Amino acid sequence: MSATVLLAQTLNGLQLAMLLFLLAAGLTLVFGIMDLINLSHGTLYMMGGYFAATVFQATGSFWLAAAAAVPLSFLLGVALEVLLLRYTYRRNHLDQVMVTFGVLVFFEDLVRLIWGNTSQRLAMPDLLQGQVELLPGVVYPIYRLAIIVLGVAVVVALYLLVQRTRLGMLIRAGASNRRMVSALGVNIGLLFTLVFAVGAALAGLAGAVIGPLTSVEPGMSNSVLIPAFVIVVVGGIGSIRGALVAALALGLIDTVGRTLIAAGLHGFLPPAMASGITPALASILLYVMMAAVLVLRPSGLFPAPGR
Amino acid sequence: MTVTDVLGQLGRGVRRMPAVRFAGPIVLAMLGLLPVYAALSGDSYVLSFATRMLIWAIAAVSLNLILGYGGMPSFGHAAFFGIGAYAVGVMSHHGIDSGLIQWSVAIAVSAVVALVIGALSLRSRGFYFIMVTLAFAQLLYYLAQSAYTYGGDDGMTVARHSRFGGWINLADRPQFYYLCFALLLAALFMTERIARSRFGRVLRGAASNDRRMQAIGFPTFRYRLTAFVISGTMAGLCGALFANDILFVSPSMMSWIRSGDLFAMVIIGGVGTLYGPVYGAVAILGLEELLMPWTEYWRLIFAPILIALVLGSPAGINSLLAGRGAADGRH
Amino acid sequence: MAAIEPLLRVERLTKRFGGLVATDGVDLDIMPGEVHALIGPNGAGKTTLIGQVSGELRPDGGRILLDGRDVTHLPPHRRSHLGLARSFQITSVFADFSVLDNVTLAIQAHDGHSFRFWADASRDPRLNGRGETLLQAHHLDARSSALAGALSHGERRQLELAVALASQPKLLLLDEPTAGMGPEESQQMIARLKALRGRFGVLLVEHDMETVFALADRITVLASGRVLATGDPSAIRNDPAVRAAYLGDDDDVAA
Repeated sequence: MSATVLLAQTLNGLQLAMLLFLLAAGLTLVFGIMDLINLSHGTLYMMGGYFAATVFQATGSFWLAAAAAVPLSFLLGVALEVLLLRYTYRRNHLDQVMVTFGVLVFFEDLVRLIWGNTSQRLAMPDLLQGQVELLPGVVYPIYRLAIIVLGVAVVVALYLLVQRTRLGMLIRAGASNRRMVSALGVNIGLLFTLVFAVGAALAGLAGAVIGPLTSVEPGMSNSVLIPAFVIVVVGGIGSIRGALVAALALGLIDTVGRTLIAAGLHGFLPPAMASGITPALASILLYVMMAAVLVLRPSGLFPAPGR
Repeated sequence: MTVTDVLGQLGRGVRRMPAVRFAGPIVLAMLGLLPVYAALSGDSYVLSFATRMLIWAIAAVSLNLILGYGGMPSFGHAAFFGIGAYAVGVMSHHGIDSGLIQWSVAIAVSAVVALVIGALSLRSRGFYFIMVTLAFAQLLYYLAQSAYTYGGDDGMTVARHSRFGGWINLADRPQFYYLCFALLLAALFMTERIARSRFGRVLRGAASNDRRMQAIGFPTFRYRLTAFVISGTMAGLCGALFANDILFVSPSMMSWIRSGDLFAMVIIGGVGTLYGPVYGAVAILGLEELLMPWTEYWRLIFAPILIALVLGSPAGINSLLAGRGAADGRH
Repeated sequence: MAAIEPLLRVERLTKRFGGLVATDGVDLDIMPGEVHALIGPNGAGKTTLIGQVSGELRPDGGRILLDGRDVTHLPPHRRSHLGLARSFQITSVFADFSVLDNVTLAIQAHDGHSFRFWADASRDPRLNGRGETLLQAHHLDARSSALAGALSHGERRQLELAVALASQPKLLLLDEPTAGMGPEESQQMIARLKALRGRFGVLLVEHDMETVFALADRITVLASGRVLATGDPSAIRNDPAVRAAYLGDDDDVAA
């Protein structure tokens, strides 16, 4: 297998990692700080895509669409948290799973009702279309590179937010010890709403950004929700750094790993069978990774101290 | 006054009514007499609908054993369901119609898979356990999707019902119904006995305080694993029943959404109670059935009701019916 | 005089958490029937040591011998069957079970395997008979049908002790038995423990010095994971190193 393919797949892996990181970051914060298992995080991702698609179809501008998706998702997050999810904080995890499951199911039908079953159009902007030559003879889609750049920008922004601002300090403290933070006189309700909404905004951004590559349709969150949870578990609940590391691992395994497996199988299995088994084996690898991490480090790679 | 407050008050109001202590047996009796009603009224649809309800109820009972009594929140239970269904489907595809063989394989494979998944997952607790079981179920789901010979993502039809010679004809709806009903009664009876038994106490003790249980001398892991295998096997049998019910198997039977539905049935009905899973299955499937004719988007009404039930009545339908502290179901 | 085999022997026990050495070559032994107190300032490593003796923590070095038998790598439930029992610092009774069921569960653990699926365990005369007797001995028989979660804090500590003793252990790990108790309840607990003296060995972890000096035959002082001193109460009371270790700690050493 050539180096070109390997490079391309590595970049694909990075791109997938960035996308998943956007999702997982919000999820891990919400779980870490509010102790909330949020199955409806996928909904926020999906709605981000739909917000963007709607704006795009109205204005024809991808940039406007992507820009609009962020505050709209943020607001949706606020609404969800204030109107419903804050009543689940005191409840045990099973009930939270049930309630957020209900939200997920509700929104799936809601988008079907409003937008129908078919996928929505959300096209790449002209600026990011086409390919660029990275190395002699190696081309790669510009849009995917842009996603990687976006991801890195978000990582840096989150780092600055968490390490350098007061809000970030509260977030870090809250991830380790919720009660202490509220004992310090901080308005916990507001903090929680903010954290949730920021997570929602990130998820919405991911949904908007992935639109041109895949499709904006009901059920689009199915393929990313569980990987996002796996990342949270592997990375350590409440840890953004952990989410990043785990997202990179997962992204690379799912792309580079998949390619390597396919190449290996094609060596000695009939092509149809090899193609058939590859996704399953790649998934197996993923879950083996999760299991292995949990065995060696039951609280994930970088558990927030105090867990 | 929040939604939760209103529902809480409603719940208290309902509980003040003379405690419907026999709600469980009444529901069962109604289910038992359903084929008679169907025959008299000529409504055959209600029979096939109720059959589905029975099968799901048995699956919910199986999940309740480990979730309710054992404190093991498995979010991958639909996988065993799917295994049982595919056992029937695959064997039928290869011309093996004997119910005895098909169902034995369904049970055996479910048991082995449950043993493996359980052995690997049960070291984790709480959220991690949910994740691990979910992950394994997804694995099996992907495997089913990639099995092109057996329909892949589209699934495949099952040509014939499982054959049991002269014993029972599963193609005959009333007979099939009573088989499922008998199996539900057996499952409930088993749960009842297990919950009160020494084994059940170890299970419940481990759910309550595993550390203490080990300190007093119980090797809790093997008991929890045994319960997990029993539970998975029961769910596998349900899968075999389901394959016979709709004569079709597909990967969607093993999707995590299905696991979520099962989870909902147990929680809504009353986790850790005897009749809870039955109430849950009846409520959720009944609600679906009620809402579906009205609109294609019935989940828009269903989901808020689900959420309201979870928030308003934390101990499930069972507590609404039986009243606080009733001996019904709680051991 | 023939040498008596110690009931518990801890040899050069070591446990590290990353860079922190929580247990640093600890030697300890407890003779049959002895009440041996383990004291030390906060962070001395008492909990870690107890954790290793009970089997919840794996030592990095050294050995633990129970009645001459090497149990270093045995899990807690196996040690229970070899005669070890423990009570927890934070009361760990089974709140959803009745008081009687709490003790019969502990009795059940030592009554063969529990792969019995048919008979109703709460009506098992063998378990209940022994359970009632045990409750009587601990003055809890009046509350036998109450839910453990409904008991007062003091009653729950009593139950905790009863459950620990249900297996008729040779060695009891008592983790701060008077924690959270008022003076009167503490006195009752001390009296009860005094009455049980001699029947089995006790490794008593305590902060309350009154309890320690009332009950202990010997005391081991732990500081920074190391044994500072071991000896009978008066020797420890007068040991200058011990007094120094406790300076800055507001536990009263002079009892």
